[in-house]
Amino acid sequence: MANPRVIIIGAGSAGVRAAQTLVEGGMRPIVIDESARDGGQIYRRQPEGFSRPKSALYGSETARAEALHSTFDDLKSRIDYRPRHLAWNIADGHVHVVHEGASDALPYDALIIAAGATDRLMPVKGWHFAGAYSLGAAQIALKAQASAIGRRVIFMGTGPLLQLVASQYVKAGAKVVAVLDTSPFSAQIKALPKLIARPDVLFKGIKLVAGLKLSGVPVLRGITPLEIHGDAETGVTGVSVRLASGEIRRFEGDAVGLGYHLRPETQLADLAQCAFDFDAQTRQFRPRIDIDGRTSVANVYLAGDGVLTQGADGAEISGRLAAFAALADLGHAMPDSRINTLRQDRARMELFREGLAEAFPWPHSLAAGIPDEAIVCRCEGVRASELRGVALEKGASELNRAKAFSRVGMGRCQGRYCGHAAAEIVAAATGLPLEKVGRLRGQAPVKPLAISTRRVDS
Amino acid sequence: MSQPVRTDVIIVGGGIMGAATAFFLRKRGRSVALIERGLVGQQASGVNFGNVRRQGRFLPQLPLANRSRAIWGRLNELLGEDAEFLPSGHMRVTYNDEMTEKMVTYAADARHYGLELEILSGNTLRDRFPYLGPEVRAGSYAPLDGHANPRLAAPAFGRAAKREGAEVFENTEIATVEKDGEGFRVEATDGRVFRGAQLMISAGAWGNRLSSQFGEAVPLETHGPQMAVTEPVPYALETVLGVSTNLTHEVVYLRQVKRGNIVFGGGNRTLPNLDTRRAFVKPENTLSQLTQITRIVPALNRLNIIRVWSGVESYLPDDIPIMGPSGKVSGLHYAFGFCGHGFQLGPGVGDVMAELIDTGQTSTPIDPFLISRFQRAQIL
Repeated sequence: MANPRVIIIGAGSAGVRAAQTLVEGGMRPIVIDESARDGGQIYRRQPEGFSRPKSALYGSETARAEALHSTFDDLKSRIDYRPRHLAWNIADGHVHVVHEGASDALPYDALIIAAGATDRLMPVKGWHFAGAYSLGAAQIALKAQASAIGRRVIFMGTGPLLQLVASQYVKAGAKVVAVLDTSPFSAQIKALPKLIARPDVLFKGIKLVAGLKLSGVPVLRGITPLEIHGDAETGVTGVSVRLASGEIRRFEGDAVGLGYHLRPETQLADLAQCAFDFDAQTRQFRPRIDIDGRTSVANVYLAGDGVLTQGADGAEISGRLAAFAALADLGHAMPDSRINTLRQDRARMELFREGLAEAFPWPHSLAAGIPDEAIVCRCEGVRASELRGVALEKGASELNRAKAFSRVGMGRCQGRYCGHAAAEIVAAATGLPLEKVGRLRGQAPVKPLAISTRRVDS
Repeated sequence: MSQPVRTDVIIVGGGIMGAATAFFLRKRGRSVALIERGLVGQQASGVNFGNVRRQGRFLPQLPLANRSRAIWGRLNELLGEDAEFLPSGHMRVTYNDEMTEKMVTYAADARHYGLELEILSGNTLRDRFPYLGPEVRAGSYAPLDGHANPRLAAPAFGRAAKREGAEVFENTEIATVEKDGEGFRVEATDGRVFRGAQLMISAGAWGNRLSSQFGEAVPLETHGPQMAVTEPVPYALETVLGVSTNLTHEVVYLRQVKRGNIVFGGGNRTLPNLDTRRAFVKPENTLSQLTQITRIVPALNRLNIIRVWSGVESYLPDDIPIMGPSGKVSGLHYAFGFCGHGFQLGPGVGDVMAELIDTGQTSTPIDPFLISRFQRAQIL
């Protein structure tokens, strides 16, 4: 192939390293990114003109963030970088990209999707009140806009992001009322043999928690979320949880950051018609990939947290591997020793990922206890009772059927926020295994598309 | 091997046609097995636009459409469930004089079939429908037509049929259909056998695979409709709108549901895969629709679409369905290939097919839709 057309979607850790590897291999990839600036989520760059120091933004990861940013700055003249471009569809070997109201169809010979992840969420009564954010959103507010989500913030959920965001808020001077973790400490102890695969990261995590406690923030483990208090007018006023001891405790605050680790953004892989498998450990469907990121569809590769939540370091490795795989499949000779090293590194990342999933398990058993009146789908205002009703009374035990009957997952976010929880609620109500309940089929557009969009043919 | 399931009537295909027929057969006291490969109402019946439209149809189809419209009007009491039928009015609009003339002629002819249409133009049209774009020349307004929710209607018929005593077999794929001395024998891929004195095939795009087993192959084509929906906005567009045009890319239609979302579709279609049962929307078609719907209602330009979808519909070269008795085998009946306009007809087709299967005749004329028209064509 004379000049293979290679497209990377996403300019985060995985996308940047994939671009670098492709450029080193003699390619000039197109890099499509929804954001105005590169860096993705974890190494998100603040908008032009903002001046918080990098050490404040990235903490212990400052050197890595700087390395990624400078790599990308150096790459810019050697790639076709398209910021503020949304890949809204993939069909027939083309990525459909919209920018400033114009939609273009870009053909590809190889496509690397590094779409990142968003928070995995479990509904709790009251999570639709103003002031309830996802952990990721709480972090973006801080990184991109130097603002906190509230004056007295409660963080609730589980996963490495929970403590990280809380400690970033503390460092930025925000008042953190409490960190409420659904995972018991025993789970973290049990996961140690896997977590030790990355001793440095494990140590940073322990330091984070110690730092939070030192600054007087209560860190409570093994809690059960009961309710976010508030009303439509004033928004969030507090949170009630059941502590591990069984005691019910209420915390007062005006904002909640919620999240249960991350879920890969897989709609683009779905639109590219990649095969998915059920992952019993994390209880979700994931695109099937080989060790380098090849999917079931020829010339489509996945990298980063958009397929496996191995974190930023893992994303850099998987971005490189996906690029090497694409180059190899395009007929380039590959540096075997380099690839072998990357694969070994990735195996370590994978072991650590499994450890994190054990240490901070997705609390699926909460689904059964979500009160009937709690809203599950915030876009469409669908209550747990309605979802359970279609599952039990109308036989909608398959998730897309439950969506068709109840409108769960039918709103603006297309089930990206409630889809996993909705499946758990249906599974719990019907007694069926989650795998049988299935997953929401991805449909274009990946994000809302303006009707004023006009087609351009480049 | 377990015993065969024995009923008076076997229905293969649980779309709105099969489910409604099962329901009305139970009302007539016939025992029924309704067999569906996936879930009831999941294919063409579930993914279509949701038009409950009579105008613009092949004129000899209007008696059937009228009978169906009457059932739509009492669907909730009949089924005990709400399929969101809204008799909110339906209007076809034109962009030029040629199509307007055709529309006027159609309105005059439709009156003989009991369908009253109001032709509107100029200030009358603008005053009543101020949101229409400047290119719209005239409108043909049907006050009693409207729309319903296709995701709900066929499954509601299926559940009602079951409550009335029909045996409903979902996730049951049929491999062979045949007639022997005992009547019809229908065998599923998993070996289950169904026995009945009469058989109806209402398997949509898959209908031809079954009718062929009785030597009645038809030139059935499959297409995927191209649908999209906007985010919800305050309910303001009561009337279902559609364009009357000879140009395929100009054919779009739109409706707003009570929840506020505006559903639209039309234009070019795609080829679905019958084996994977998946059909996709071509991004180019979506983009083309965006330019076309804003010609009808320019204000839509300010909204976003949040989802597109497709499905598997079946078409015949003369653009009318196959409905009625087999031309070759007694006791065999068909209702499939509704050419993208079957949703409105569904309840009526169910009522008529049940009448036909129960009494051997029907009070509503269906002669133009007989499968034998294709055998005649082959002989000629």
